[in-house]
Amino acid sequence: MTYIAKPKFQHPGLPKNDLGFTHRDYEGKVSTLCAGCGHDSITASIIEACYELSIEPHRVAKISGIGCSSKTPDYFLGNSHGFNSVHGRMPSVLTGANLANRDLIYLGVSGDGDSASIGFGQFAHSIRRGVNMTYIVENNGVYGLTKGQFSATADRGSKSKKGVMNTDNAIDLVAIALQLGASFVARSFSGDKTQLVPLIAAAIRHKGASFIDVISPCVAFNNHAGSTKSFDYVREHNDAVNRLDVISGRDPITVDYAPGTVQVVEQHDGTRLALRKIDADYDAHDRLAAMTFLQKHAAKGQVVTGLLYVDPDAEDMHAHLDTVEMPLNRLEAGELCPGTSALEKINASLR
Amino acid sequence: MSDQSPISSVNDFVVRFANVNGSGSASANEMFARSILRHGVPVSPRNVFPSNIQGLPTWYEVRVTEAGHLGARGGIDMMVAMNPQTWDKDVASIEPGGYLFYDSTKPMPTSKFRADITVIGVPLTAITNSTYTDPRQRQLFKNIIYLGAMCALLDMDPKIVEQLIAEQYKGKEKLLSSNIHALHLGRDWALQNLKCPIGLRVKKADKVGDRIFMEGNSAAALGAVYGGATVCAWYPITPSSSVAEAFTSHCKKLRHDPETGKAKYAIVQGEDELASIGMVIGASWNGARAFTATSGPGISLMTEFIGLSYFAEIPGVIMNIQRAGPSTGMPTRTQQCDIIACAYASHGDTKHILLFPEDPAEAFEFAAQSFDLAERLQTMIFLMLDLDIGMNHRLCRPLKWDDARQYDRGKVMTAEMLDEPGRDFGRYLDVDGDGIPYRTYPGTHPTKGSFFTRGTSRDRYARYSEDGAVYADNMQRLVRKFETAQDMVPRPLQANAAKPTKCGVIYFGSTSPAMDEAIGLLEAKGHHLDRLRIRAFPFHSSVASFIADHDFVYVVEQNRDGQLRQLIVNENGIDPVRLVPILHYDGSPITARFIANSIADHQDHLKVTPLRKVKS
Repeated sequence: MTYIAKPKFQHPGLPKNDLGFTHRDYEGKVSTLCAGCGHDSITASIIEACYELSIEPHRVAKISGIGCSSKTPDYFLGNSHGFNSVHGRMPSVLTGANLANRDLIYLGVSGDGDSASIGFGQFAHSIRRGVNMTYIVENNGVYGLTKGQFSATADRGSKSKKGVMNTDNAIDLVAIALQLGASFVARSFSGDKTQLVPLIAAAIRHKGASFIDVISPCVAFNNHAGSTKSFDYVREHNDAVNRLDVISGRDPITVDYAPGTVQVVEQHDGTRLALRKIDADYDAHDRLAAMTFLQKHAAKGQVVTGLLYVDPDAEDMHAHLDTVEMPLNRLEAGELCPGTSALEKINASLR
Repeated sequence: MSDQSPISSVNDFVVRFANVNGSGSASANEMFARSILRHGVPVSPRNVFPSNIQGLPTWYEVRVTEAGHLGARGGIDMMVAMNPQTWDKDVASIEPGGYLFYDSTKPMPTSKFRADITVIGVPLTAITNSTYTDPRQRQLFKNIIYLGAMCALLDMDPKIVEQLIAEQYKGKEKLLSSNIHALHLGRDWALQNLKCPIGLRVKKADKVGDRIFMEGNSAAALGAVYGGATVCAWYPITPSSSVAEAFTSHCKKLRHDPETGKAKYAIVQGEDELASIGMVIGASWNGARAFTATSGPGISLMTEFIGLSYFAEIPGVIMNIQRAGPSTGMPTRTQQCDIIACAYASHGDTKHILLFPEDPAEAFEFAAQSFDLAERLQTMIFLMLDLDIGMNHRLCRPLKWDDARQYDRGKVMTAEMLDEPGRDFGRYLDVDGDGIPYRTYPGTHPTKGSFFTRGTSRDRYARYSEDGAVYADNMQRLVRKFETAQDMVPRPLQANAAKPTKCGVIYFGSTSPAMDEAIGLLEAKGHHLDRLRIRAFPFHSSVASFIADHDFVYVVEQNRDGQLRQLIVNENGIDPVRLVPILHYDGSPITARFIANSIADHQDHLKVTPLRKVKS
């Protein structure tokens, strides 16, 4: 965690978004991660996405577990409340926070150790409950803070920096998220900001459980020959399925437009996702096809990136629980306490 | 028959029903207990049940007690032996002069009975089978038939039982009339064929008053509704599951918006106890009142999060319905065995607030209060029930609520407060000297009051710090906060003996009714004790002064290691020799007889005959 505050100075000519905020208003403290860490690129993409969406920074709650990735919420949205909770337990803390106040935007930041190993259960159950959140895994296949042990997403046969071969099968969180019914599932690469920023923006706009697995190379322990999560390996094996664009009644976020067809997805809040397909026959509404597509490319050793699946009509946990529109944390005694007359009736029924 | 005369007692005896789990006996047995209550005679029923769904033995014990002794008594005056599996043990457990009620359809060898008891045979199966053909009906109505026979034997008013049946099957006329028919089948058979009543009798009295008959788990859940809890996250575990189930049913009746029908609460069954407490912490961090209900194994799983709650200062309420440990222990038996595990839960230096209700009425009050305490003190509050209070119906004073009462939401800084000129917000800043800092809810203000919550060390402004002095400063403030809590939690209640004495007794929780009764038994033997019922940890200063005022003090608890005694010694620096442990831990509820005998034995040992008297 950093204790270095960023200087408040900002150039008066910095561009502003709809709410009059500049980029700087979405930043946090100076990162203490290693220079060149993929996680810092993800932080930059989160900042960019929130700026572009004109989100009020304080209306975001950013929640994480433990690990390098979980430190990053301190490095963006400095005016938001953050919660660096317990290793592997971000999903439950976020679920509870969401139960208390359905009006905030919930950003869950986790890592591969945090979500695929110690927190695999909580990851799974938050997804299947349909918690309205954006769940980002900053996936480097390695435990950085404890100096380079394999995590559960490390590919079988990949080598650690010390030359040890991983003999266990890898967990593919994207495949699991699809199986568990996440209503927005994507994968990206920390170095591909043009793809990642709109994906994050779309995930935030999506009402339901959004999951993004971001391959994020560890410059210290997993960026060597033999690793399947290094910059070079991922760049060579990246097979993007589509490009997308978020339109929220204002200028579109610029993306690196790739050739191909456009598929527009309208979400509950009226914002539209424009999907730019690379594969002409890819349909992001077909969950079964997404699972097959993912597995087919995985068998070929390819990392599929892009928006794999979205259900624009998804319902979230509050819809399942049929809770009142007013956030539960704003209900007062008058609405919560049944009072003396109800208690007297209860007493009478117990005699 | 031996020369043992049959027990003769009006409104003071113990009946035990021995049944098979899943046979539908529970509702008939409960109706038996309730109908005695309707005679104006207090009862104290207890379920003794296995960790099983169907087939294993289960018992239901009803203590009929006009004097109002609601603790377990020990000993059985009448056994309703409906389970062949446990016959021998059940027959052996009857007090000399007691009564055995059994199904006499098939003849039993005389060796299966005892000479010193009265044997009452009713051909229940024969009566049932000649009336009903459906196997399920046969099983259920057999229970009502024995209830009818008991009604005749104990001289109970059949109109009262009929009234109860009418209330239970209101709107289901067919069930109502067939139940009443079954009741009279049993009653009429007994009146025609047996000598009724027997020596044990129920006589109308006026000793129940306006008291209610309720399970502690349901009362605690209702306390959570009244205390404003909006989030409940839980994982099923005996004996706590009925807390969440009762919260669900109370909320369905009391917490839906009358116009939209939508829920003003959220209940989530977590994937485990870790997720449950994680959700509680997330919800409380975000300004909702949240709780979980669990038992010992759940507490073990939650301890990492409990430490986070302590260190990051996040409110929360855990209702721990204790059962016999360690490990899986005896999941369906009672103990007070998680005192130390909860008081010091989690790694590092931690201390937590525990509340010890004595009965459902106090479970209701303390449950509601625990949310005020949690938010005021920004820490985890443990409501310590046990199976004996939680899962048994207990007669207690009616629940009370003051409509003028406001929730204490604690020190929460609003956007307006943050905008006040000169206002300095530091999440861990001790502005008032009571160790309690201000917090803000997420989403309060666009530019002020946000902070980063973490389990790592940080300074007064919530900035990460590994500076030793900064760390120690925070840890000392947490101690200050714990001291502040001492005067906020429910105080101990003291009751002095009729005569001045240098002996005292400390007890807590479900031991209460047995202790009250034991005091009477001890006084009859000439042993006088002042008593102090502890209702919370941290201990109020009156605990130390009570101990100082007495030469020695018995500490009565339902665990092996004297956990409350350890906590008192540890926290108050008391000489352990002055605290004499009285420990009951076989999984059954503690009895007055046990307490009185243990204390009397100890007192008798103290009576050393002076040497010179021996010489003379």
